[in-house]
Amino acid sequence: METILKLLENDSRLTAAELASMLNLDEDSVRAAIAEYEKNGTIVAYKALIDWDKTDREIVSAVIELKVTPQRDRGFDKIAEKLLNYPEITSICLMSGSYDIQLIIEGKTLREVAQFVAMKLAPMECITATSTSFVLKKYKDKGVIYQTPEEDERGSCPV
Amino acid sequence: MINYNTLIPEHVRTLPASGIRKFFDLLDNMKDVTALTVGQPDFITPWHIREAAIESLERGKTYYTSNAGLIEARREIARYMKRRFDLTYAPENEILMTVGGSEAIDIAVRALVAPGDEVIIPEPCFVCYAPIVTLAGGIPIHLPLSAKNKFKLTPEELSSVLTDKTKLLILPFPNNPTGAIMEKEELEAIAALVRDTNIAILSDEIYAELTYGKAHTSIASIEGMRERTVIVGGFSKAYAMTGWRLGYTLAPQAITSGMYKIHQYAIMCAPTQSQFAAIEALKNGDADIEEMKAEYDRRRHYILKGLAEIGLECFAPEGAFYVFPKIAGFGLSSEEFCEKLLYEHRVAIVPGTAFGDCGEGFARISYAYSVPHITKALEGIADFVKTLRKPL
Repeated sequence: METILKLLENDSRLTAAELASMLNLDEDSVRAAIAEYEKNGTIVAYKALIDWDKTDREIVSAVIELKVTPQRDRGFDKIAEKLLNYPEITSICLMSGSYDIQLIIEGKTLREVAQFVAMKLAPMECITATSTSFVLKKYKDKGVIYQTPEEDERGSCPV
Repeated sequence: MINYNTLIPEHVRTLPASGIRKFFDLLDNMKDVTALTVGQPDFITPWHIREAAIESLERGKTYYTSNAGLIEARREIARYMKRRFDLTYAPENEILMTVGGSEAIDIAVRALVAPGDEVIIPEPCFVCYAPIVTLAGGIPIHLPLSAKNKFKLTPEELSSVLTDKTKLLILPFPNNPTGAIMEKEELEAIAALVRDTNIAILSDEIYAELTYGKAHTSIASIEGMRERTVIVGGFSKAYAMTGWRLGYTLAPQAITSGMYKIHQYAIMCAPTQSQFAAIEALKNGDADIEEMKAEYDRRRHYILKGLAEIGLECFAPEGAFYVFPKIAGFGLSSEEFCEKLLYEHRVAIVPGTAFGDCGEGFARISYAYSVPHITKALEGIADFVKTLRKPL
């Protein structure tokens, strides 16, 4: 059943019927497995990857490294849970290495992102340092290369 | 003025164009067609393999290799054959690196066939054998296989065409276009018929890595067969390396020396960069094969289910990446069926007759395409079949 997860991770639009055909399983058991994965949070969400650069929407994203003072008994969880609430933050990871938490932030403009860091993040008591790097261009995300789909260029050799 | 009719010899002038070529020519002039026609993987050669070729260029390895190919590549092929099929071949004098499986077939036929020799070609099959036999002066003996035997070669069929002129048996399994495979017991039965003869076998095993649920068996592993068999292998299908043009032959030294001479004069050596890529593929590519094969297998199930829902009869192929459904019973020849499907529903599949006359009533569908692409094509086929079934 783990194959179902791998296939959905690659293409979340595959239907239970399609998955069942591909894996030679019956449709009901595929449906049940997916329902269980959704219920227990293994499948977290189904989303599309969008290359916003191809649209008129202005969007700026930045990777922000935070140094944080861990909280007594709660470690880094407390600050992470607080950060979860900001819709501007699209990704939060606890890191090993020279800093503690890595955020990805999206905003309309550079200024908006800078403001968010300066006004919301930096003043938080347990955050001791921030370092902001703006994303200039996205080449690949979630294993997917950002490019216009290529035509099927396979030559018509009579094989 | 020059007279091309006498300049070009008759046997070349009359060599028929490939039936697939004819169909592809139709297709090339059309837009917005969902094609399931190609005989090559839709994967890109895995990066680590491409990188090995790039590195060979960066290091200036732009020379000819020895005629037989890089010894390291031949050693890796020997290891691979041992590991995968328990066959032992000497890298020094039993293995030749060729320009694709195609050259391998050509030099094998040319090294074995003299004018007047009969060559048994089980059909439906890949389109090159008969023309190459004809060019070598041999006589192609077309042996039609049947759907009721899952397109396997039976000893009864074989013995019906064996004569004292039979020189070579072509064994094209796993098969393009049917997806049929030959299992050990079935090969034993074929072996029993040729064991005490002086007949050679050309076992075209280009799809050996693409079998589903059952491992491929080479006829060379059956008693008395290695001494008479040329195995044709290659990188195109297993590693998605069609454009690299790299294949190989495995055969006893006596046969290899004959092929070696032809290869040496006609070709010199296989492309050097491709040979460096091949070393990497053989050393570290087993997992790539597994991954691609798993994906083909999912598509195979998917397309079989789709065809069943449309109501087209199709035996479940156990190898390669084609299905070969029956499209007879609609009052259309295979060619008419495929042309109408192409013109009226913009879906392209290849008429079975492109692979031999006995392909009449069938069509080849390649599943070397993504699932959404296959879905779209199946929808077109379903619509078409519906119109054919509608009472007038």
